[in-house]
Amino acid sequence: MKIRIENINKTFNLPTGGPLRVLEDMNLAIEQGDFVIILGESGCGKSTLLSMLAGLLPPSSGRIRVDNKEVVGPHPSISTVFQQPSLLPWLNVEENIAFGCKIRGELDDLEYRVNEFIEMTGLSGFEKSHPSELSVGMACRVSLARALIGHPEIFLLDEPFASLDTFRRSRLQEELINIWLSEEFTVVFVTHDIDEAVLLGNKIVLLGGQPSRIMDVINIDSRYPRKTTDESSFHFKTRILKKFKKAFEENRGL
Amino acid sequence: MRFIRKYFLKHSKKLETASGKGAVCRVCYGILGTAILILLWALTGYVLFSRPGYEQFSGFLPIPTVKALYLLLLDIDFWGSVCASLRRVVVGILIAFLVGLPSGLLIGYYGKLRLATDAPIQFLRMVSPLAWMPIALLVFRTFESAICFLITMATVWPIILNTTVGVSHVNSQWINMARDQGAKDRHLIFRIILPSSMPYILTSLRLALGVAWIVLVPAEFLGVSSGLGYLINDARDTMEYDRLMAVVVSIGILGFVLDGIIQLIRERFKWTWVS
Repeated sequence: MKIRIENINKTFNLPTGGPLRVLEDMNLAIEQGDFVIILGESGCGKSTLLSMLAGLLPPSSGRIRVDNKEVVGPHPSISTVFQQPSLLPWLNVEENIAFGCKIRGELDDLEYRVNEFIEMTGLSGFEKSHPSELSVGMACRVSLARALIGHPEIFLLDEPFASLDTFRRSRLQEELINIWLSEEFTVVFVTHDIDEAVLLGNKIVLLGGQPSRIMDVINIDSRYPRKTTDESSFHFKTRILKKFKKAFEENRGL
Repeated sequence: MRFIRKYFLKHSKKLETASGKGAVCRVCYGILGTAILILLWALTGYVLFSRPGYEQFSGFLPIPTVKALYLLLLDIDFWGSVCASLRRVVVGILIAFLVGLPSGLLIGYYGKLRLATDAPIQFLRMVSPLAWMPIALLVFRTFESAICFLITMATVWPIILNTTVGVSHVNSQWINMARDQGAKDRHLIFRIILPSSMPYILTSLRLALGVAWIVLVPAEFLGVSSGLGYLINDARDTMEYDRLMAVVVSIGILGFVLDGIIQLIRERFKWTWVS
């Protein structure tokens, strides 16, 4: 599925009464099968952009189209993994994963599919555990499985691994890449971690400025799996850092 | 204290665990507090009723009360009254719950409804439930229905207000997640808001039970011929003060037990705070 972001602006009304412009004049084309990284510093509006893509937040002006249809609310082909795992504490792992399928009425072979995703995400043996009994990494996996079980065509991830340690993060990054390579869906992944961006994405969108604009779009065509020590990773990382440094200096009027 | 603690530790294997010791402490302090209360009761009663001319009120003292309580517990009419009172409380709270729960859910969910209903609810909840008594007697044919109505009027407000608070405290990320997964309003209400508000709803039931139990006695002063309130009135009329105190004590014990049952159910839903 293709995504088109056309002239998006987003302004919030502050509790003090004044407007806060977060995103300005955003235009972006995301093609079927892309792994797009939205990269920017904390508070630059990355999550706002993702919420708009998910149909959970309307833009102040402009429009987002998915396969030529304007996004006006949550779309059945789009699934989101939020920054916090957002697991429902009264449901166990199995029930949390099956939550979306049940409310959408997709009950065919549900048990089989849930087991398949439990295995895929390495949660076997924890099917009946409740969220309070899971580690942060396991909760992340449950949230990934819940978003993936409906076979979304567009998969949105909002810094899903931010609260994990380096080891767990790199393991889940690998798993995510493997799933993406086998399922061929479109991914939009929000992060403020340049290493993560270079390891995962084939298209990196750099957000910056006040209000945020798209500073650059960098295409990375190196093969997976990538390492941070790869020459090309280092090259792209340096390029991204230079871009952010330049934008920072321009903002300060240097 | 030490003796009671030793006794419990000796007689209960379960209580020998670390958490068991905590439970023993709680029980010990509970017994200590109750003993102080009884002592205060005995002292106050002795000071008040040992004066010349007040001897006929000595039934209010603890020992005659305990004797009367023993006789009361053997009396089948007492248990009939307990059942009648419990039935009125259960019916009253049930009606309040059936009205209050959906109202609380809707008021909590829809902001405009919350704004529109805030003033009327605050106004109505400040009116003493007993103030409705004359209206209840006019509207309802039987005293039984009037008592249930009074209990409903007393308990519906804590249920509505607590449910509303529960709904407004629902984690917004759960709502976003559910909407993203394709949830409609009915899914949000029944699969997210209702379960996550459950601890608040059970707290509201606990509050409702406390209020209902308080309103019950004066409500049963109305023309009914059964119930704990009726028994108090009856004992006063026949000047059996020991029996009157025995009924008061039994009301306290029953309320304590009912509250304990609701507390146990609430424990089941502790997860909301854990998360």
